[in-house]
Parts: sequence; structure tokens; C-alpha cells
Amino acid sequence: MKKIYKFLAATSAMALTLSLAACGSTSESGSTDSYRTLSEIQESGTVNIGVFSDKNPFGYVDENGDYQGYDIYFANRIGEDLGVEVNFVSTEAANRIEYLQTGKVDIILANFTVTDERAEEVDFALPYMNVALGVVSPDDAVITDLDAWDPDDEMIVISGTTAETYLTENYPDITLQKYDTYANAKNALENGNGAAWANDNTEVIAFANDNPGYTVGIPSLGGQDTIAPAVTQGNDTLLNWLNEEIESLGDENFFHADYEATLVDTYGMDYEEELVVEGGVTD
Amino acid sequence: MPNLGFEVLFKGKNMLRLLGGLGVAAKISLISILISIPLGILMGALMTSKNRAIQAVLRAYLEFIRIMPQLVLLFIVYFGTTRMFGWNLSGELSSVIVFVLWGTAEMGDLVRGAIVSIPKHQYESAAALGLGKVQTQRYIILPQTVRRLVPLSINLVTRMIKTTSLVIMIGVVEVQKVAQQIIEANRSSSPNAAFGVYLTVFFMYFIVCWPISLLARYLEKRWR
Repeated sequence: MKKIYKFLAATSAMALTLSLAACGSTSESGSTDSYRTLSEIQESGTVNIGVFSDKNPFGYVDENGDYQGYDIYFANRIGEDLGVEVNFVSTEAANRIEYLQTGKVDIILANFTVTDERAEEVDFALPYMNVALGVVSPDDAVITDLDAWDPDDEMIVISGTTAETYLTENYPDITLQKYDTYANAKNALENGNGAAWANDNTEVIAFANDNPGYTVGIPSLGGQDTIAPAVTQGNDTLLNWLNEEIESLGDENFFHADYEATLVDTYGMDYEEELVVEGGVTD
Repeated sequence: MPNLGFEVLFKGKNMLRLLGGLGVAAKISLISILISIPLGILMGALMTSKNRAIQAVLRAYLEFIRIMPQLVLLFIVYFGTTRMFGWNLSGELSSVIVFVLWGTAEMGDLVRGAIVSIPKHQYESAAALGLGKVQTQRYIILPQTVRRLVPLSINLVTRMIKTTSLVIMIGVVEVQKVAQQIIEANRSSSPNAAFGVYLTVFFMYFIVCWPISLLARYLEKRWR
């Protein structure tokens, strides 16, 4: 028992120092804004960029432990042009905004779709990619136009996706077949349960590329959304720098090169113009 | 045997990365356990105190930690402290703090339960032998409590180890996340890799948790 007492004393002392150490660091960054300005980042020598680490081919980690993908290619260029090292932070869809608001990363480059709700909480720079809905169908009965939909056919969707919401609102006459998971929806299409499958166009294009016999008849349906870098709200120096960077990268067709280096294996050459936004200009 | 995608484990540094992730999970849980067990014993002893104020405070603390999902606690400590006080705690330190808060609360309740379960005659016999209050606690009550605690705390410890998979939400990449990264990076070349990789992760958790169970069994036998 003596040992236990000694141990107890030692660890409580440790816990105490730990909490004191935590208190000690308050004053340094407390009062100022939560973000780091452009010059602060450049002085520090590293930029913290939040990316996905498991969303192949946009942001993932290869077998050597290095970050790779469309977003990463751009992030590395940002680091190069800022003249600093890039510190990649692995983020999840659910904590991206929190990371920016607390200044724990300087930029989010995690395939972040621009929406009005998000724009109220973070500042988006110019876009560098498009996303839209897409519809994939079997080669022998390719659906290319939803206005000519056969009322007897059913459309496969995954519950809770933007595809479901969009079709319910805009094409109420199309009967939807709803599945909970990607795998079930995929099986349904392969078994011919529905005439076509609507989902994010990146998903259906990748599916058609992996599975011969299917064609993406409608590569972009409805409103086009964009994907853009985001910074903490109010961090104008960094935001302006990013916007200028994206504009000037357009002159060298940087994002086309990015697509050809990272996305071409998944999406093929046919969708380059569909997906890439160059120089921040959307049409 | 069907292809379970084990080949992805031998690509590049994948196996080392997975082990590194296991190391992160083990480090966070080990440090947290080493701190929260003694603090929990202290808390449990205090919870049996007759002082109403102490009882109320500790009870409130226990209920608060128990009701809060660990994920919420992680967000509060990692992001919340930055928002409120401007502290910039690292992900790993935040994880340790949360697991210590949680472990201490749960351990405290286990200790309280164990102490309460010691029959009254043990106290009375101790008093009859002329032992003081502190002596009674130290020589009579605590040793018996610790013996009763072993199986209960092992349960808590293995739960803590497995719950470390949540720390990815505050940016700490541990074994579960590395597994997801490997599966996703090989999505098109080895679509079945999920089976092989998760099976490997299962054995990794097993290798960490099994010795703890063995130790518990050994201690239980020895102290009988």
C-alpha cells in the first residue's frame, strides 16, 4: 500500500502541473483575434491547412504516409508561394468550421462546398472545383434528359443526399427508390431495380469509370455548386492573398494540371472541363 | 480463402503507420489511466465522506461527466478552451485531459461502490483493535477495496482504450483513422481491403487489451 500512496502523490502532482501549465498559456493569444494574418503565417514559417485524409482522390494519405490528392496538390502550391512549410491537419466533415473559427488551421482545403449557411460562419475564397448532381444509367438505356422521364421508371437515390432533395423539389413526378447506403444503391442499379441512379456527379462518374456498362448520361444536373478554400471570418489579408493566388494560377492552367495529376485516374479525361474551375471563374 | 485485401498492409509503410497509430492510442490511454486511477481512488474515498457539500460537488461532477458524451467533452476541451480562453492545447493533451476527467469520475464511482460494500463490522473490528480513522482506512478498508476493484477497473481501462478512436475528431490520427486512410487510399485497387485492415486492427486492440486482462486475473488470484 505504501507504493500506492507514493504513486498517488506523484500523479496528483503531475496532474496539478499539467493544469497549471495549461493556465499559464492563456495570456499569450487570448485577447487578439483567433486567426493569424498573412504576415504572421509567413513569419512563423508554417501554414496550417486542414484537409481530408481519407477522401481519395481529393485528400488522402498514400502508403508512405504522405498526403496526396487534388486538394493537397493545391495546398502544396500555396505553401510554396507563401514561402512556408505546409502542416497538414486531418479534419472531418463535421469539424471543418470549428477548426477555422478557433484558428487551429489557417485554411480549410477539405473539399469544402460553398453554401450560404457556411458562408455566414467562414469566408470562402474563389472556387477551384465544381460539384453538381449527376445521373448514371446502363449503356443500353442511357438517360440523358429528365424531362423525358418514363413515368413507369424509378430513380435510385441515397436517402439524405442533395440528389434526393433536388429531385423531390424539382421533379416530383419521378418515383424515387431510396436506399440508406452507397453499397445498397449500387446493388440496386446493378440488379436493374431502377432505371438510373442520381448522386453527386463525382460519385456517379467514378462509378461509371469503375464499372463498364454504365454511362453518366447527365453529368451535371440542377444548380452547380462550387468547392473553394475557406479562411476564418475576417481574415482578409489571407483571403485576398488566396484570391490573387487562384487568379494568377489560372494563367498557367494550374488546376487543369492538378486534375491531370490527381483526378484523371478516377474520372478520366472527359470530365476535366466539367469539374475544374480555373482562375476562380465559373460560367 | 477469399481475398481480404491483406496485401495493402504490405504496401510502403502501411504496417508501420498502423502500428504508429496504435502507439498513439496506447500512449493517450496509458497516460490517462495512470493519472485517473489514483485520482479516482481519491475521489471515491472522498465520495464516501459524510460531508454533504463534498458529496454534492462530487456527485454533480460524476453526473456531468457521465451524461456528456466523450465526443462533446473532446470538443469542449479542444475547441471550447480556445474560444473562451484562447488556450491552444494540442489534440493529444486535450485527449488526455478528457480521458482523465472521464476516467477519474468513473473510477471514483467504482471505488465508492467498493468501499460502501465493505461490511460495517470491518470498521467496528478495527475500532475495537484501537486503530484510528486513518489507520482503519489504510490497513483495513483500502486493501479490501482494491481487491474488489480490480475486475471493475479492468473493464473501465479497456473501455478507455477503445474509446480513444474518438480523438480523430480533434485531429489526432490514431490506429482507427490510419486504417480508414489505408482503406480509402486503395479504394479502387483493393476494394475488399476494409476486411483485412479492420481484422488487423481488431488483433491490435486485442494484443493491447489481452495482457491487461491477464494481469487482472493474476492480481485477483494473488490477492485472494
